[in-house]
Amino acid sequence: MLAAEQLRVVEAAIAAHRGTEGAALPILHHIQSALGFVPQAVLPVVAEALNRSRAELHGVASFYHDFRDAPAGRHLVQLCQAEACQAMGVRQVTRESEQRLGLALGETSPDGALTLEAVYCLGLCACAPAALVDGAPLGRVDAAALAAAVGR
Amino acid sequence: MTRLFLPADAFALALGAEAVAAALQAALPGLELVRTGSRGMAWLEPMLEVATPDGRVAYGPVRAADIPALVAAGLAQGGAHPLRLGAPEALPWLARQTRLTFTRCGVVDPASLPDYAAHGGLAGLRAALALPPAEIIEAVTASGLRGRGGAGFPTGIKWRTVAAETAPRKFIVANADEGDSGTFADRMLMEGDPFSLIEGMAIAGLAVGAAHGYVYIRSEYPHAIARMRAAVLAARAGGLLGPDLLGSGRGFDLEIRVGAGAYVCGEETALLESIEGTRGQVRAKPPLPAIKGLFGCPTVVNNVITLASVPFILANGAAAYAAHGFGRSRGTMAVQLAGNVKHGGLVEVPFGVTLGELVLEYGGGTASGRPVKAVQVGGPLGAYFPPALFDTPFDYEAFAARDGLIGHAGIVVFDDTADMLAQARFAFAFCAEESCGKCTPCRIGSTRGVEVMDRIAAGDNVAANTALIHDLCETLKFGSLCALGGFTPYPVLSALQHFPQDFPQETQP
Repeated sequence: MLAAEQLRVVEAAIAAHRGTEGAALPILHHIQSALGFVPQAVLPVVAEALNRSRAELHGVASFYHDFRDAPAGRHLVQLCQAEACQAMGVRQVTRESEQRLGLALGETSPDGALTLEAVYCLGLCACAPAALVDGAPLGRVDAAALAAAVGR
Repeated sequence: MTRLFLPADAFALALGAEAVAAALQAALPGLELVRTGSRGMAWLEPMLEVATPDGRVAYGPVRAADIPALVAAGLAQGGAHPLRLGAPEALPWLARQTRLTFTRCGVVDPASLPDYAAHGGLAGLRAALALPPAEIIEAVTASGLRGRGGAGFPTGIKWRTVAAETAPRKFIVANADEGDSGTFADRMLMEGDPFSLIEGMAIAGLAVGAAHGYVYIRSEYPHAIARMRAAVLAARAGGLLGPDLLGSGRGFDLEIRVGAGAYVCGEETALLESIEGTRGQVRAKPPLPAIKGLFGCPTVVNNVITLASVPFILANGAAAYAAHGFGRSRGTMAVQLAGNVKHGGLVEVPFGVTLGELVLEYGGGTASGRPVKAVQVGGPLGAYFPPALFDTPFDYEAFAARDGLIGHAGIVVFDDTADMLAQARFAFAFCAEESCGKCTPCRIGSTRGVEVMDRIAAGDNVAANTALIHDLCETLKFGSLCALGGFTPYPVLSALQHFPQDFPQETQP
């Protein structure tokens, strides 16, 4: 079931992209940016608006790594795991960060305070290892810098 | 009034530029602070510049804590300080480059269309508006420009194919889904000189008869997305987009689309699927997108740097561009130095420079100070080359002849602590993570590759399992629909070929 507020967001997202060709991704981005995730229950509503099947919309939402079916933590740490960051020791930084933050890559802390996840390339490859913390880029990071950025 | 320039490029932001900006505002109330892109010297970011009567003077890398001392040293007049670098364009790293496409990046205010025009912008579009479409295409063909996304396909031929199609609608799509690790040229250009991409797309639209374009930008680039969105609004207001391009009565407009974290959407047909709002799965070719692309219409899909190189060609002539280069690779390449490298950043040079010059002379070797063990050229699907191949000229054909590729020209440097078996395993694991699932070799072969690599690492039947890796790579290379599966063998086989010491050898039972 969609909460009233969620339904309002979905309707606004659909209305905002009414003239848009190929509107599925813009609508899903709009919903995720307003709600922090894409609740399963919105997919039939979006599907109907786009005259597509629920299965198709589920296929779209589940294909892309960005769309979450549950909210992320209040702080979101995205640590790059790609080659340029590997060359600057991100495997070690990841292990140390996991230890320090008390959660593994891909996990959200039980109190909902923090999500730590992998990302593949932020285009910051000349100041690796790199991360995005709540959307803000950080270069040459180590576990201490990540912990400090989320107040740990 | 003091006029200062501080990049708002993601490199600078990642290294503390916002704190520097705040410290500057506090120390010099009333100053004019222009937020530029980056000139591409990542190790000097945040690099602050001040306008003086003798030109700009640079300081870097500047931290917020340095600002009081810099102000006391006479920053506003370009005063002496240990961080003072002098005239930025005279720095050897920049002075040696040939900046045709990135000439304005880090110099101009990327939010200002008048500033763009004052630095040579719009001249290409003006020239194109005075030419019949066939002559625009002829200029691009004669320049020798090839697709900078990786495939190196001649841009003029692609445009000619689209121009020859008769259709009610055609599209120009800029591929800004720059997912290869070690690459950031598209990002830097969009953040530092967004109007050049828009101008290139408008010229492409005139050339092939397309009135509408899309820029598909990956979601991992929030600052580039914001810059491009602002630039589109400014371009519409200033006549660079809209129904009446520069008063010509001819129209072109575009919209920004944002990806959603799928590497495979950098493949052009998957990208088109994604714009259409479906799963980003690769289409079988033919039909080529030039014949049947976005929404079934003839479509030009070009990389950001390809399109942003077009205004120079139209403004200065094909010969001015083709005069640079090597063999069949004409013009300049925006090479990106990344990973474990002392002087990382963007190096725009004519094709033909050797890999060694790039890594050792521009790059200055590793950041760690240890010997270079390997460089991966061309992203996660590129080969690992040892220093023994540093004499390879940067050229599509020369890299292919050595079982490598230049791709989007990212170079990731590794020092001697790198474990090449782990890198080969990662290539399969990344392919498995990012496979769109449409073709079997990529969807299943990538996972089998990880498993076989783990068996080799454990010393299990090494000879037989190594043979199996070769066999699997053969299947991936020739049986995959797109470059994700088709090129994953490059990093795997090059690691095996050039770094056998990192792989267990067969032991007698």
